[in-house]
Amino acid sequence: MSKSVIRVSLLLAVVTLILALAPLWAGRSDLRLIGEIMAYLALAVLWNLLAGYAGLMSVGQQAFVGLGGYMLMISTVMLGLPPLAALPLAFVLAGLVAAGFARLLFRLEGAYFAIGTWVAAESVALVFAGIPALGGGAGMSLPTDAVRSIAASREMREFVIYWLMLGLGIGTLVGAWTLIRSKPGLALMALRDNPVAAVSVGVNIQRIRFWTYVLVAAITGVIGAIIFLQKLRVSPQAAFSLQDWTVAVIFIVVIGGIGRIEGAIVGTAVYFLLREILGDYGVTYLIVLGVVAILVVSFSSGGIWGLIERRFGWSLMPTARRMTDR
Amino acid sequence: MAYVDAVVQGILLGGLYALFATGLSLIFGVMRLVNIAHGDFIVLGAYLALVVVQATGLHPFASLILVVPLMAGIGYAIQRGLLNRTLGPNLLPPILVTFGLAVVIQNGLLTLFSTDTRRLAAGPIETASLSLGPISVGWLPLATFAVAVVLILGLELLFYRTAMGRAFRATTDDAEMARAMGVNTRHVHALAMALSFAVIAIAGVFLAARSNFDPFSGPARLIFGFEAVIIGGLGSLWGTLAGGVVLGVAQALGAQISPQFQILAGHLVFFLILAVRPRGLFPRME
Repeated sequence: MSKSVIRVSLLLAVVTLILALAPLWAGRSDLRLIGEIMAYLALAVLWNLLAGYAGLMSVGQQAFVGLGGYMLMISTVMLGLPPLAALPLAFVLAGLVAAGFARLLFRLEGAYFAIGTWVAAESVALVFAGIPALGGGAGMSLPTDAVRSIAASREMREFVIYWLMLGLGIGTLVGAWTLIRSKPGLALMALRDNPVAAVSVGVNIQRIRFWTYVLVAAITGVIGAIIFLQKLRVSPQAAFSLQDWTVAVIFIVVIGGIGRIEGAIVGTAVYFLLREILGDYGVTYLIVLGVVAILVVSFSSGGIWGLIERRFGWSLMPTARRMTDR
Repeated sequence: MAYVDAVVQGILLGGLYALFATGLSLIFGVMRLVNIAHGDFIVLGAYLALVVVQATGLHPFASLILVVPLMAGIGYAIQRGLLNRTLGPNLLPPILVTFGLAVVIQNGLLTLFSTDTRRLAAGPIETASLSLGPISVGWLPLATFAVAVVLILGLELLFYRTAMGRAFRATTDDAEMARAMGVNTRHVHALAMALSFAVIAIAGVFLAARSNFDPFSGPARLIFGFEAVIIGGLGSLWGTLAGGVVLGVAQALGAQISPQFQILAGHLVFFLILAVRPRGLFPRME
């Protein structure tokens, strides 16, 4: 391992430790905010892998967030399992559904694939809105005894959910970084930089795209299950929200820097900063985000991190390989 | 009988979907660009018609005299000023820019017009109908279908019989070679977008005369238009019309089973076509 990797790993470990102890130093609302930031960090890292590396521009990731949320209800209400059992089940369900969709959607070219994923997400939402046992269009709440089984006190429940979100946020970030530095990651980077050349050196594009899509969807499902474990209530509109689970995430990645691990971190920071400042203006805030995203794509396709990288040559989470003198 | 009626209404609904789809199909054909904000521009056209009708007292269909050139101008400017610089080997930038445009238009319309649903009053034609034996057919859906057919006929003539159409086709086949032969491809791309926006304006007015709309009506129009394009097969405008008809009939029959099933039935037919005929019913493009 190179020195910079060790340094970054140490930094990450310290930050994680401080955040893990947040229940000691942060208030209730701060804890919720950090939890939410972590959920969005994870969603952004995953979408970045999908669009930034594998070239799969999905605008239908809300399908998998929603599937995770609904798996939570299915497993606790219908199957009588403890709520945390929904996490692995959400992984499996979202992964299987994604594998099914991939077989059809991968027949669509680039931009049409994007709208295809959207149709897929709309279809899943319509199916769940039509199941009376899951509350139909109105949705349903998690039963109180299921909620109590997470932890006895409300405070402890909030801590548990916070740690889950923290673990997922940091875990996804580190996992994606490790993946990019591994051998399949090398193929992903080749795919990002030049798909034609990637094929010529033996990268199986279809296979790597398929597995990226399925794995990203599966983890997105787990995030969905945790998000709705915190919300305690799921409805088709909230679970399959294009605005909340895809539009926001795309803005985060595009503004931060698509195709760069650091982009998701910077984008998440900028997004929450803008939200805290402009959040009261609702609609204006979305217009500002849209305009910023258009400007970023038009003038600096690498986003904010791309600018920093070029200007200062920084690399927070290095993925490049350099020849070394032995 | 209810099913025969549903099929007839579905076919005519397909005319509206073909209007949604034609602009999308056209720019994909010329420059491989997919406009994610397509549906939102249709709704923008509807609001523009609303403003023109309120300001001038013109009939909604007469307002097209102003709305079509205005929208075409907007389309030309957006392509020339914004989208041309994103065209290239990388597919993501144009998608991301039009995605940003969609969000800006939706929330911009929300600021200007609130969430109230609107409608353009088209007068007696809205409810007038023609009796064909036991089935009655509305004049407005019939007119929409006829406009779609005439429009596609006109576009086919433009593509295959005029100098502008030759420039479009040359740019489609090989933009670099077209440039070498003296075609200003940036201008041609912008003209294609202007043409797409002219169709968008017509689609917007017919949408507004037939149903309620609000600032967030766009995405569903994009999805229906997209489904019509894929079902019909890429690169063929007549295929797009057929795709719209298939989608319209699927939705109308779905609604017969249960009102909730209407939209889902359309999605299912889309996935079915993707599974058995991934290139659509009448593909032309290689």
